[in-house]
Amino acid sequence: MTDDERNRARSRTRQTRRHDPRSPFEDVVAEHGPTVMRVCRAILSRTDAEDAWVETFVSAMRAYPELPPASNVRGWLVTIAHNRAVDQLRATQRRAIPTDQLAEVTPAPSVNGLDALDDRDELRAALDTLAPKQRTAVIYRHLGDLPYAEIARLMGTSEAAARRNASDGIAKLRTQLQETRP
Amino acid sequence: MSTRNRALGVAFDEPPSLIGAHVHDRFVERAAREGLVDVAYRTVDTRIGRLLLAASPAGLLRIAFELEGFDAVLAELSEQISPRVLRVPGHLDDAARQVDAYLTGELVRFDLPVDLRLAHGFRRDVLQHLRTIPYGRTESYTEAARASGRPAAVRAAASACSHNPIPLVVPCHRVVRSDGSFGGYRGGPEVKRDLLEMEAIA
Repeated sequence: MTDDERNRARSRTRQTRRHDPRSPFEDVVAEHGPTVMRVCRAILSRTDAEDAWVETFVSAMRAYPELPPASNVRGWLVTIAHNRAVDQLRATQRRAIPTDQLAEVTPAPSVNGLDALDDRDELRAALDTLAPKQRTAVIYRHLGDLPYAEIARLMGTSEAAARRNASDGIAKLRTQLQETRP
Repeated sequence: MSTRNRALGVAFDEPPSLIGAHVHDRFVERAAREGLVDVAYRTVDTRIGRLLLAASPAGLLRIAFELEGFDAVLAELSEQISPRVLRVPGHLDDAARQVDAYLTGELVRFDLPVDLRLAHGFRRDVLQHLRTIPYGRTESYTEAARASGRPAAVRAAASACSHNPIPLVVPCHRVVRSDGSFGGYRGGPEVKRDLLEMEAIA
């Protein structure tokens, strides 16, 4: 085989791998950046959400070459963003509490955690009152815009349970928001 | 999503402008600092049109002309080098400056590290040879084949020139047909003619 034939063979191999989903990471950021920000903002203040957004894409970029082909990139990013935001919320809560009370901090991020933030908004506060599974399902469905099958896979539940969690969460949110509005 | 928003009476959706330029810049800085960028790129406007410059940490990988389609070129780099492709203008400021200075006749010799990973075997040998052809000089494909170590491989030498991943900096435009006509060029024949005329005048 000559070098030229080898070069041609190489480009043929490349063409047969066209279905590989790994587009340039720049495109991933452009396409999914707004979704990731929505997820972060559902849990965090603007400033903290921006930090979480940066952290999400840094860790995603680190792992990107090993992402299995045919993965749901948005589902993957929404999961990272959600975990990052929850971690960040815990860190913010820890910072806001005097050190001699640290031992009393419970790891549950959703209980009153937003009191520590000065930039809380209505939706974030309402989401904070939901049960963790409902909140996660609502965030994945309505902010991450993921299909229920993907949400079920990510949360380790049935698709029916994912639907129920999201719709119960929305119902409770609606009640919450009506109560806070005249 | 807008239907759901209305049903709920809450703005679930936020405008994309929410992600301020400073946030995106912070991400790019972090990615660069942590060594996550395998292929950095930027574009540069020149007198022969917009060019795409892409580099690995080892050096310049690719210069593309607009007619090649920048999206297609970036997709190729993503497949052939690494999908960790990011627009990082700062990484390529020096390359952009030198390319622009060359095209305005102010620079006759590039001083840039190159990464020839996109060419293999004999094609890479030819590219290494091309880098030694001085500004303002030309040679034929036959001479290029001989100088690259395979005198009979004239067509393969021509093919190496036409697939040159780093035109301008690796001066494939300095190789012309034995009859004196210009031969093909990735950026179009008129660009090749332009470069040869520019170098001849200097």
